Amino acid sequence: MAETTIPAPVVHAEPAAPPALEIPDFEVVPRKGLVLVAVAAVLLIVAIAVNKLWPLMFLHVAGGAAWTIIDLFLGLVLGPIMGAMPVPARIQFTTRLMPKMVLIMPVVVTLTLAAGWQLGVKLGTVFTGYENHGWVVASFIVVGVMSVIALGLLEPANIAVLIELKKRRPNPEVIERLMKRFIYAAGVLGAMQVATLVIMTKLATG
Amino acid sequence: MRERSLPPVTQLAMVSLALIVAGGIYLSAHLPRHVPLGPAVALLAASALLLLANVIALARVRDFAWDRFFQVARWSMLGYLVIAGLILYAFLKDNIHGGALVVLTLSLAVFSVHVPMLVGFTVARFADRADRVAA
Repeated sequence: MAETTIPAPVVHAEPAAPPALEIPDFEVVPRKGLVLVAVAAVLLIVAIAVNKLWPLMFLHVAGGAAWTIIDLFLGLVLGPIMGAMPVPARIQFTTRLMPKMVLIMPVVVTLTLAAGWQLGVKLGTVFTGYENHGWVVASFIVVGVMSVIALGLLEPANIAVLIELKKRRPNPEVIERLMKRFIYAAGVLGAMQVATLVIMTKLATG
Repeated sequence: MRERSLPPVTQLAMVSLALIVAGGIYLSAHLPRHVPLGPAVALLAASALLLLANVIALARVRDFAWDRFFQVARWSMLGYLVIAGLILYAFLKDNIHGGALVVLTLSLAVFSVHVPMLVGFTVARFADRADRVAA
């Protein structure tokens, strides 16, 4: 596997040269994973087209569970761990985790929202006549806020840090700054997923 | 790290996205009743204006890595167009039509341009000096 080396950030003004950091070779967008993305998109289109309860419920629940668990785990467990890791370890971890996140998150979010909307129309739960309509609107607002944070802060930072790591001489300060933004955004999203869990369990139990 | 002076593209894009989302929530929250389109149109217009302001502000930046910007924004746009297409397909399937469909479609169009622009900007602002060209 081809690897790039960059100088580690200098902490103290020492005369000795800093040790080189190893950056594993990686793809910003894993091409093999695009096949699975295409499969998920086809499944979603078919589920909406046939408009049957089970496929819509499956995609909404499976996608939503994945989305919630990933956000909670990344934001509240992995994020703080990554923040405390030494820079070389963080780079090794980042180059393995973040390319997968580039594909996984848009897919689970699209599956959850599109199948969820169709499910809501089929069951009538997104309409004003539904008894818990206020809770449904609350879920729209929570998802909306999460979307703005994910699209505006998290996703651009994810892509930018990977492209920085692809450079022959990545700038450790840029990586540090973007990773901080990614970890904080993931933390906020993780906390907001608790609100999603409260709303969805309320809707499921009536 | 010395910070370059750049327009507030990220902040404007986030406000623009928030306006789009607010318009979508407003329309969705009223279904299946007749929805007064005025507030949704106003939110969409404000969002589109912010997109335009962002495009103009970014186009005036000197010494920017445009190759890197377009390389990232192009592929990102492809992905977000697919996502927008899937969402639009669900709306069409649910017989959403008329003014509401127009507003939602235009909202998705703004979303499909602004998010890739934001991703491209975030990458290009940290590009090496050699990648930058004078505007």
